[in-house]
Amino acid sequence: MVQSTVGRPAGDRHPDKPPLSLQNVHVSYATRRGKVQAVRNVSVDLHAGESLALIGESGSGKSTLGLAIVRLLPETARIEPGVITYRRKDREVDVLKLSRSEMRAFRWSDCAMVFQAALNAFNPVLKVWAQALDTAQAHGWHDKPAIRRRLVELLEFVQLDPKRVIDAYPHELSGGMRQRVLLALALLLNPQVLILDEPTTALDIITQRTIIKLLRQLKQEDHFTMIFISHDLAIAAELADRVATMYAGRIVELGTSDDIFYRPRHPYTLGLIRAVPTVTGGFEQLFSIPGSPPDLVKLPSGCKFHPRCTFATERCQQEEPELELVGAEHSAACWNWREVQAELQRNPLHRGALNVLDGIGSEVEGS
Amino acid sequence: MAPILEVRNLTRQFGKGRETVTAVDAISFAIEPGETVCLVGESGCGKSTTGRMVAGLLEATAGEVLFEGKNIRQLDSNAYRRYRQTVQIIHQDPYSSLNPTQTVRQILTAPLLRHRKVKNSAAAEARVLELLEIVDLTPASDVIAKYPHQLSGGQRQRVAVARALTVDPKFIVADEAVSMVDVSIRVSILTMLARLKREFDVTFLFITHDLALAKYFAWEGRITVMYLGRIVEDGPTQRLITDPRHPYTQALLSAVPEADPALAQHKRQIELRGAEIPSLLALPPGCSFHPRCPYVVPGQCDRTVPALEPVEVGGRVACPVRKQDAVSLLV
Amino acid sequence: MESIQGVLSWLGTTLRLMSYNKAGFIGFLMTSAILLLCLLGPLWIPLDTKTKLDKIYQPPSAEHWMGTDHQGRDIFSQIVHGGKDVIYVAAVAALLSTLIAVTFGTVSAFAGGVTDSLIMGVTDVILTIPQFPLLAVLAAFVKLDNLTLLGLFLGVLSWPALLRAVRSQALSLKERDFVEAARALDLGTGHIVFRELVPNMMTYIVISFTLALTAAVYTQVGLVLLGLVPVSSSNWGVMISLAWTQGAIFFRDAMWRIMMPILAIALFQLSVITMTRSLELAFNPRLRTMA
Repeated sequence: MVQSTVGRPAGDRHPDKPPLSLQNVHVSYATRRGKVQAVRNVSVDLHAGESLALIGESGSGKSTLGLAIVRLLPETARIEPGVITYRRKDREVDVLKLSRSEMRAFRWSDCAMVFQAALNAFNPVLKVWAQALDTAQAHGWHDKPAIRRRLVELLEFVQLDPKRVIDAYPHELSGGMRQRVLLALALLLNPQVLILDEPTTALDIITQRTIIKLLRQLKQEDHFTMIFISHDLAIAAELADRVATMYAGRIVELGTSDDIFYRPRHPYTLGLIRAVPTVTGGFEQLFSIPGSPPDLVKLPSGCKFHPRCTFATERCQQEEPELELVGAEHSAACWNWREVQAELQRNPLHRGALNVLDGIGSEVEGS
Repeated sequence: MAPILEVRNLTRQFGKGRETVTAVDAISFAIEPGETVCLVGESGCGKSTTGRMVAGLLEATAGEVLFEGKNIRQLDSNAYRRYRQTVQIIHQDPYSSLNPTQTVRQILTAPLLRHRKVKNSAAAEARVLELLEIVDLTPASDVIAKYPHQLSGGQRQRVAVARALTVDPKFIVADEAVSMVDVSIRVSILTMLARLKREFDVTFLFITHDLALAKYFAWEGRITVMYLGRIVEDGPTQRLITDPRHPYTQALLSAVPEADPALAQHKRQIELRGAEIPSLLALPPGCSFHPRCPYVVPGQCDRTVPALEPVEVGGRVACPVRKQDAVSLLV
Repeated sequence: MESIQGVLSWLGTTLRLMSYNKAGFIGFLMTSAILLLCLLGPLWIPLDTKTKLDKIYQPPSAEHWMGTDHQGRDIFSQIVHGGKDVIYVAAVAALLSTLIAVTFGTVSAFAGGVTDSLIMGVTDVILTIPQFPLLAVLAAFVKLDNLTLLGLFLGVLSWPALLRAVRSQALSLKERDFVEAARALDLGTGHIVFRELVPNMMTYIVISFTLALTAAVYTQVGLVLLGLVPVSSSNWGVMISLAWTQGAIFFRDAMWRIMMPILAIALFQLSVITMTRSLELAFNPRLRTMA
């Protein structure tokens, strides 16, 4: 792969100034049943070249948050209060204050969204080349030969045969090919941040692996800043530097991938990890989280997870905990995180893989 | 023990003439009573088609399904009715498998009354409540009057299981039964299914694309791997997961994303020669995996369809080239 | 007692759901008003049959809301009395065509094979026969002075388009997993058609019924206007027909006489069509239980 052309120039990175900062972001929808609080009070900095995974179940607000960053939410949604700051070189913008046309430019050339590779992510009557051309021209790039060169280069990067794909209609491509075309199109205008919504969901296992490899390559060689949105913990484990667990619209735990998978401090994160099997390795006893995800119109009092939480105390029913530091780069929103820690000392996570890896995962709690 | 269910050379084609697609190509396997068998494979491998033929919901183009030793197409009407009730199916999508215009009560009462499982509607009510308790939908008296859209995906799937239980089945085909359910709830549904297996002697054919789930659910059972309509490997779960022999099984296991960062870093990456699955309309000759297989032997793999042959480690493998060779999945 | 309460709460929920769509609800109120006026109105408002030469062709006034006709009779009273038959014939026709379409459309979709081909063959043949000329020819042989008979004739000829639509709905529903589950549970064809398929098509059936109703009104009025149907009583179609044959379009003063029945028909059709928006809401099981 040609790093200098697919990726961004090295000078584009500002290690001390995060390219994307979210501060107190709230998103709500007006529905007939009442106000749906889809995202509540989310603050997170996304560092240059970092990949962050947002994990959580349906209704956790992860997709809404992703869409809020590129302002692709439906009309009934309101983003307020909240500030989303985007920085590139010396430019600093408040994403929520951009005009409609500024927003369109931002969406492709600064922060690109890659949707799940369903057919409806494409215009069905446009060939891949026409889609790319439309996108480029909408952003004032009219040099057709140059656009074509760039597209061919990107298609090669995503391991597609440009000759076969460039003049194909979306329905002529398989799901895995469509996902890769979407990725290539997202890279067309050289964005700094990529938001990927369920990038491997609904794809076959071997195709998933191809996409994961590509994304790792983008991460390692080109230092893209990426946000992965997925209900699949494995995507976070495979691709993320940091992981944010979301529940009922809030980030309830944020830490490095190792923190989250081996030293979780929020009972919900712990519950998720104990609910998901690995393939490699021996048998592991799994546990599900009791109850079901909350009704976003009628959220429970206090900590929104308390009705399903085995660690819950009276305090949890009354006061909602804020994120607090539980490790060097690790924070959790739980009154009883020390109890979770103690529980992990008593009953270490029995990842099936540990027997196999023998020591590789030794940073795991209690072992 | 005699198998509760056996399929012999089961084949199913769709379409006509040049557009004919062979979704399932002469597969054979047997399932003993009480056994748990997982059918795994990627989309288009024929696993769901197989499940629907086994459940008698789709007619086979060729071959036969034997239930308790008898061909289901040759049963007299009484025996067929008994088979029809003994074998049930649980669908993948709980949003489509429950009629949106019926309450849970209506959904569960209809089969009870139709097959005279209860004497009158008062007894039906009691039985419905009991079934809801069995599938852990409590308090049952709250759930019974609800419509499907008032329930979460997990709760709906439990209703679908309760509906299958109304006719006291002995064999349940669970087609991707938890893949649309939230992660935190999947395990509880699997645990519930495992309990039904013990308490009601239900034999399961569990169809899934998720190898991790197959491993968890059928740890004491067997896994059968399908690729483009054929069985490429089967065997006891613990052997198949730790010592896969068919190059496709190996590729699949090495490709599965793992929910563990260290493991994700240390998995062996098996490079395939082609990323795309061939179309069922243009199946490669010989072994259908040969265009992608890293171990392909030209002149052999592209000529003859490999037979599914027993291996001494347990189970069967359809690869004469590699069936003796173990491969480590970690580096 | 309990059942009365049940019915009342069902009605309450239905009305509430219908009110979610403002236009649809107005359509519903107007339809109800027109129906009430046409069905009960004649009990209170006598039909004006007396010739009053001093009041010929008067424009609308406080005394005569819709003006007067060529004999000085009150048009409003004629409109009130003329609606009943039109609506009755249309309802019979719509009911019959919906019944045929739903029954055979569902059976066709569900049975498939020869049954399906047969039903669809007959449907296509009838669909290709132009309805209006056929009725015109029929009218020459059969004396259509009986309202029920006229309704049945209209109904028998107007189901094919609806049947095709019902069939395609049923075909897509048939693929849903709950139908397959019902097959796996051996619940029987009757159960599958009437408990699984039809309730899921209810919205569609109700809307189709209202559309069939409006179509039947037009066909009927057209037949009357052309004098193909010798309807003795006064109805909207007859009113237009008489006004037309007596040259009402040539006199400026006669405008009210020909316009009022036309407006009555247009208003009724508009109300019914708008009402379907609310019916969509009312028959959606999802919305019903959420309310």
